[in-house]
Amino acid sequence: MRDHIVFPILATLTLILFMASLLIGPASIGILDSITALFSDEETPLALVMQEIRLPRALLAVMVGVSLGLSGAALQGYLRNPLAEPGLIGISSSAALGAVIALQTGFAAQFALGLPLSALLGACLAVVLILALAGPRGGALTLILAGIAISALAAALTSLVLNLSPNPFAVSEIVFWMMGSLSDRSMTHVSLALPFMIAGWVILLTLGRSLDALTLGEDAAASMGVKLNRLRFLLIVGVASCVGAATAIAGAIGFVGLVVPHILRPFVGAHPSRLLWASALGGAAMVLAADIAVRLILPDRDLKLGVLMAIVGAPLFLHLIYNTRRDQL
Amino acid sequence: MILLSLQNLTVMRGECPVVDHVNLTVDAGAFVGLIGPNGAGKTTLMRGALGLVPTQGDSSLQQMDPAHRARHVGWLPQSREIAWPVDVRTLVSLGRIPHSGRPKATDTAVDQALARMHLTDFADRIATKLSGGEQARVLIARALAQETPLLLADEAIAGLDPANQIMVMQLFSQLATEGRGIIASIHDLGLAARHCSRLLLMHMGRVVADGPPDQVLTPDHMRDVFGISGYYADTDHGPIFQPLEVLT
Repeated sequence: MRDHIVFPILATLTLILFMASLLIGPASIGILDSITALFSDEETPLALVMQEIRLPRALLAVMVGVSLGLSGAALQGYLRNPLAEPGLIGISSSAALGAVIALQTGFAAQFALGLPLSALLGACLAVVLILALAGPRGGALTLILAGIAISALAAALTSLVLNLSPNPFAVSEIVFWMMGSLSDRSMTHVSLALPFMIAGWVILLTLGRSLDALTLGEDAAASMGVKLNRLRFLLIVGVASCVGAATAIAGAIGFVGLVVPHILRPFVGAHPSRLLWASALGGAAMVLAADIAVRLILPDRDLKLGVLMAIVGAPLFLHLIYNTRRDQL
Repeated sequence: MILLSLQNLTVMRGECPVVDHVNLTVDAGAFVGLIGPNGAGKTTLMRGALGLVPTQGDSSLQQMDPAHRARHVGWLPQSREIAWPVDVRTLVSLGRIPHSGRPKATDTAVDQALARMHLTDFADRIATKLSGGEQARVLIARALAQETPLLLADEAIAGLDPANQIMVMQLFSQLATEGRGIIASIHDLGLAARHCSRLLLMHMGRVVADGPPDQVLTPDHMRDVFGISGYYADTDHGPIFQPLEVLT
C-alpha cells in the first residue's frame, strides 16, 4: 500500500522544488513580485529575469530529471539489473561527442542551437549504431556490449578532439560544458528538447507491463505475449530521445538515472511499471534540488550541476550498495 | 479437444538437430510426462513448440498471435528467475498480464493459485527472500494464475521436498482431470509413473516411446536410453517404478 502515497509525496515535492527554483537566484526578488512578473506581459527587467532565465531553468531541470529518472528505471527494468544507468547504451557519450565537435569546429558559436542540435545528431547516430550492433534478435547482453563499445568509441573520439584542440580556451569551454549545467538556458532550449523528451516519455511509459513481465526472465515474458524485439527497439528509441535531448541541453549529468530508481524501488514494491512513474517524479525532484543547491552553495563560482550530482551521488550510491550488501547477509 | 499439435518439429543447433522431426498431439485432459536423460532435447522441444527458438516444421502454438498464445499456453521455465524483490502476491499476479483488465477476475485467479500451491500465508512475503523450493512453488502459482488450457512446465518439481513434489504432481493430475493439458519434463521416473497419464520418452532429440507409463518404462527403454535397470509394478497403491542400477 505504501506506493499509493509515494506518488502524491513525490509530486508535491517536485512542485515545491519547482517553485523554489523559480524564487531562488542572485537577484533578490520577493515571492509575490516573482509570481506577478512570471505572468506579466510587460517587458520589465523583473519579468525578463523570471520568464527568460528562471522559468526555462526550472522547466529544464524538471524535463532533464524526468528524462534521466525514467530512462534509468526503464533500462534497469529491461536489463533486470539495478546498476544499469542511461549512459550504459552509449547515447549520452555520443551526444557529448556531437556537442564537443560543435564547440571545437565553431559550429556552436554560429547560432544558439548549434550545440544542442549537434548533440542530438550524435545521439541519433548512436541509436543507428546500437540497433545495427545489437541486431534484430540480440538479447540484453548484446545491448550492453554494444553500448559499452559505442561509449568507448565516443569517449575516445572526444579525447581525440580535445587532444587536437588548437587552443586552451576551446579545451576549457569543452571541459566546462561536459560538467553539465542548466544556467544560461532559454525557452528556445525548452522548445528544442521538449518534443524529443515527450516522445521518449510516452514510449517508455508504455513499456510498463512488458517490464513487469520481464521480472520472470525473457523466456517467461515472451511466453506471456511480450514481443522482446519490439520492446528492445522501443526502449532504445525512448531512452535515446530522453537522454540525447537531456545531454544536448544540459551536458553530462550522471547518477540521476542510477540512484533515483535505486532509492525509490523499495517504496513501490520493486514493481518495474510503478517505478517508471516514481523515478520520473523523483528524477525531477533530484535535479531541481541539485540545481537549487548549485545556486546556493557557491553563488559566485558557477558550480556545475554535473559536478554536484557526482559529489552527492557517488557517496549516496556507496551507502545504498552497503545497505544492499547488509540485507543480503 | 486438441491443445497442441507438432508436425516434424525440428530445432537445429548449427548442423546438429537437437530436436529431430517430432510429431506430437496433446489433448485436453492429458498429463504428459516428458522424460529422457540430460541433453535429450526435452527443454528445447517445449521452447521450440512455443516459438522461443527458431524451428523447422509446424507447431500449432506458433500459428497463434502472441497475445492469443499467452492466453492458451502457460510456460514455466527451468530457470527460476525473479529479478526484483516483489511480494509473492504481486509476483503471482504477473500471470494475469496476458488477460486484459478485470481486477476481480485477477484477484480470484491469484487467490486460487496461491491457495492451490498452499501459499496463501506467504502472500505478503518478499519472493526473493524465500527458500529455493518456496520460490519454485511461487513460480508454479504464477503459471497457474495465467489460467491457460495448456501448461508446459520444465522440471517444475526439481528442488522441492517429497511432500511438495507429490503435491505438485497431484495438482497437475487434478488440472488434467479438470480438462486442461499438462506437459511436464520430469527426471523422477517414479513420480512420472505414478501421476502421468502418458509418458513421452526422448533420446537424442527424437521421441523414442510414447504411451502409458507401463508401455514406456520398459526394461529395453531403460537400458537403451538411460543405461539403467528398473523395477515396474502395478500395485494396489497404483503404478510404482524404481530405478535399480547403472548398467555397464
